[in-house]
Amino acid sequence: MSTTLHLSVALPELTLALGAMVLLLVGVSTRKEQADLVLWVAVLVLALAGVFVWRRSGTTTLFGESFIVDPFGRVMKLLTLTGAAVTLIMSVDYWQSAGRLKFEFPVLVLLATTGMLMMISANDLIALYVGLELQSLTLYVVAAFDRRSARSSEAGLKYFVLGALSSGMLLYGASLIYGFTGSTLFTDIADAVQPSGANLGLIVGLVFLMTGFAFKISAVPFHMWTPDVYEGAPTPVTAFFAAAPKLAAMALTVRTLFAAFPSVTPEWQQIVTFLAIASMALGSFAAIGQRNIKRLMAYSSIGHMGYALVGLAAGTAEGVQGVIVYLAIYLAMTLGTFACILAMRRKGHMVEDIDQLSGLSSTSPMMAFLLAMLLFSLAGIPPLAGFFAKFYVFLAAIHAGLYALAVTGVLLSVVGAYYYLRIVKIMYFDAPAERFEPMPGLLAAVLGASGLFILFYFVYPAPLVKVAEAAAKSLF
Amino acid sequence: MLISGLRGRDESADRNARYIALWTTLVTFALSLLLWRDFDPTTAQFQFVEQRAWLGTIKFHMGVDGISLPFVLLTALLMPLCILASWQSITARVNEYMIAFLVLETLMLGVFTSLDLVLFYLFFEGGLIPMFLIIGIWGGPHRVYASFKFFLYTLAGSLLMLLAIMAIYWEAGTTDIPTLLTHGFPPAMQTWLWFAFLASFAVKLPMWPVHTWLPDAHVEAPTAGSVILAGILLKMGGYGFLRFSIPMFPLASAEFAPLIFALSVIAIIYTSLVALAQEDAKKLIAYSSVAHMGFVTIGVFTLTIQGLQGGIFQMLSHGIVSGALFLCVGVIYDRMHTREIAAYGGLADRMPLYAFCFMVFTLANVGLPGTSGFVGEFLSLLGAFRINTWVAFLAAIGVILSAAYALWLYGRVMFGKLEKPALKYITDLTWREVAVMAPLVVLTIIFGFYPGPILDASAVSVEALIKNYQTALAAATQAHIALAP
Repeated sequence: MSTTLHLSVALPELTLALGAMVLLLVGVSTRKEQADLVLWVAVLVLALAGVFVWRRSGTTTLFGESFIVDPFGRVMKLLTLTGAAVTLIMSVDYWQSAGRLKFEFPVLVLLATTGMLMMISANDLIALYVGLELQSLTLYVVAAFDRRSARSSEAGLKYFVLGALSSGMLLYGASLIYGFTGSTLFTDIADAVQPSGANLGLIVGLVFLMTGFAFKISAVPFHMWTPDVYEGAPTPVTAFFAAAPKLAAMALTVRTLFAAFPSVTPEWQQIVTFLAIASMALGSFAAIGQRNIKRLMAYSSIGHMGYALVGLAAGTAEGVQGVIVYLAIYLAMTLGTFACILAMRRKGHMVEDIDQLSGLSSTSPMMAFLLAMLLFSLAGIPPLAGFFAKFYVFLAAIHAGLYALAVTGVLLSVVGAYYYLRIVKIMYFDAPAERFEPMPGLLAAVLGASGLFILFYFVYPAPLVKVAEAAAKSLF
Repeated sequence: MLISGLRGRDESADRNARYIALWTTLVTFALSLLLWRDFDPTTAQFQFVEQRAWLGTIKFHMGVDGISLPFVLLTALLMPLCILASWQSITARVNEYMIAFLVLETLMLGVFTSLDLVLFYLFFEGGLIPMFLIIGIWGGPHRVYASFKFFLYTLAGSLLMLLAIMAIYWEAGTTDIPTLLTHGFPPAMQTWLWFAFLASFAVKLPMWPVHTWLPDAHVEAPTAGSVILAGILLKMGGYGFLRFSIPMFPLASAEFAPLIFALSVIAIIYTSLVALAQEDAKKLIAYSSVAHMGFVTIGVFTLTIQGLQGGIFQMLSHGIVSGALFLCVGVIYDRMHTREIAAYGGLADRMPLYAFCFMVFTLANVGLPGTSGFVGEFLSLLGAFRINTWVAFLAAIGVILSAAYALWLYGRVMFGKLEKPALKYITDLTWREVAVMAPLVVLTIIFGFYPGPILDASAVSVEALIKNYQTALAAATQAHIALAP
């Protein structure tokens, strides 16, 4: 294994970091009206990073094995980059109409994405923490991006305080683990941990570490920040939160658990099972009473992370495969749904009440149809893509013998279906409200692409599953 | 011939939506008749099989045999009639309505022809989406409640089946139905899987006590929606028992058949009594559907040739008859916009043609000899009599009760004096309505006198099913004896 400085291995991350810095300089030195240009260049930089990720296959490590590039990381990075790039594209019209795009936004998104890519590739507790903090700190700032809005500032502050707490816990767990194993490298930790005598200190460290992860993927009971931040942050930022960081944090969790703690699988399985059930339950029940669609999406994303955790709880390669398939499809559904939310605009103002969608099927039938399909897909109804996502995680759970978890999960998904249906009901069964402003072309393109994907995924589902299978195998 | 040739889709402009939908469904029907003609009734094998790579070990695998063919025909037959029946009663969002129906037809044909469990599930549950929209958009005043109830009830049931399908996948390594039909599952596992499948099919069929979604859904759905619900969607549950529960889990089926009998007898007597108390014509027919489905489950779980064939025939006949009864209620509802039985009376004077059609279907619903309803009930009861006289006796009480409520409904709507002033100018059937009713009247009577074609088509498959079942049972008994000291 080569441990020399082959920086080309980290080319995607370097591209993003350099791109962010250059754009920062460009942004400072040009006029305010050219912030749009910065945004589009940022999209290009993300795409370029994507190309670099795409071109490198196989497994390589770097920086004294603390940084690993493998098929699993490759898939997750591509998904994360897609999420980041598409949310940037979707934000164009939002900023334009509000006349307040600041060039810092795309720069911050680039930096956050750099952090996410580092997280996905982290093979060492220190690298993990550094990547996580780079991502988190920039996210705190973008959450509070709309300075003039009290809600946005509140969201940023709340996110920061709770996030700092969780970082502290994670760090404490990491130091315990270091203390009991004598190394921060995942491979060394794995060697040091004995399945028989997994000592208490190590387990406590693992619990603290998991706490930090659970906070980042907003799993119950560490989800408290999610609804407020989702509601308060500017809508494109919410879309970004729902798409990219969730994927990166989930990838980080998966890699850490399988690379560093494969011998204590039963121990962390309990934790993950609990997180999964709690998240699915809260995501389903708490979403029922929501009136604000962004808040509803926050609970929905909590629930969806719960379902993804079901795959992780299985603790097998099939489980990881399920997680990857789930996240890929979740990404497509989330982006499509947020494209619709961003298009909910009347007389130059964004509206966020679910009731505002009433009768959408007669005022803009195409948008209503695609949104309805996205919602059915989020509920996991076949033959839409969301069904396959759930199918694979539950398939893995059944194989691992987690029957109780699987039965609880599917029954909770019936509860979850209720609130998605409620939105469909408002759009299709209720009397039409006033028309929205016409959907901007970019949003329509995103919505169309994700709608087509979830509608016709069932025709040709094999490729994604195969890619996920290969990626999952690389972890074992 | 390709089964996928049976699938139609519609993306037309609003104006032509009706015609395109009608022609699509008619062509589909014609194709299904061709399928029947080329069908070889002398083998229990699956025919017209189509197989493609899809999802690794899960293949896109479709085909028909003697058990599924009748249901394919029934679906293809009822669809054009439904389109015709909603010709004038649906005026809002015609285009979407027709698309929903065509998508629904695609999915229903998929259910009856898929030969892979995952594929089956895909179609089985995919049908919820168009039906939810049909009830919710074009339904009656309480449509929202009804559509939610329908959707969530069915979803909860079928998700348990999904978990069972996953367990089957890991146990047998495949979800291919023809392979699974001969796969011997361990007895303990059979019980669990059987119950998981029961959860899904019992809700769909529906059996007592999980039938409560049905009256709401039926009453609130538009006429054609009720026809499809009663005519085809309910049959998916019965088809599921025939296709999966009995051949795949024979031991569990044998063990829990008494449970099914008990539930069915309760369903027959209880819902017949409930039907007697209904004020709403559609609700009455809905409850009678539940009762008739009770005969189906009794017939199917007698596990005799007569019982199974009776069950299949009863499902077909009920598909035609109850569908037709809903159409009949739809006819007067279109004119008077009420379904309350008390609002009518003496219609026989003004609507002789209508009275005739209604009478034929009512008698078929009662199970009068010479109508298709008789054959199914008779065979089911015959099968039941061989297994358990009490079940047959109690179920036969249901037949009497069904005569009571059906004739009472007929009497109150048709006979007596035409006293209500609103009814003075009610008109008889139009040519379009006659075109809808006529084929159903003819079929009801033909199948009553000459049930041969359907029974022949399914006979070999049913025999094979029974034979496999008995071999599995015998093998299990032997294993049991061998284990005993």
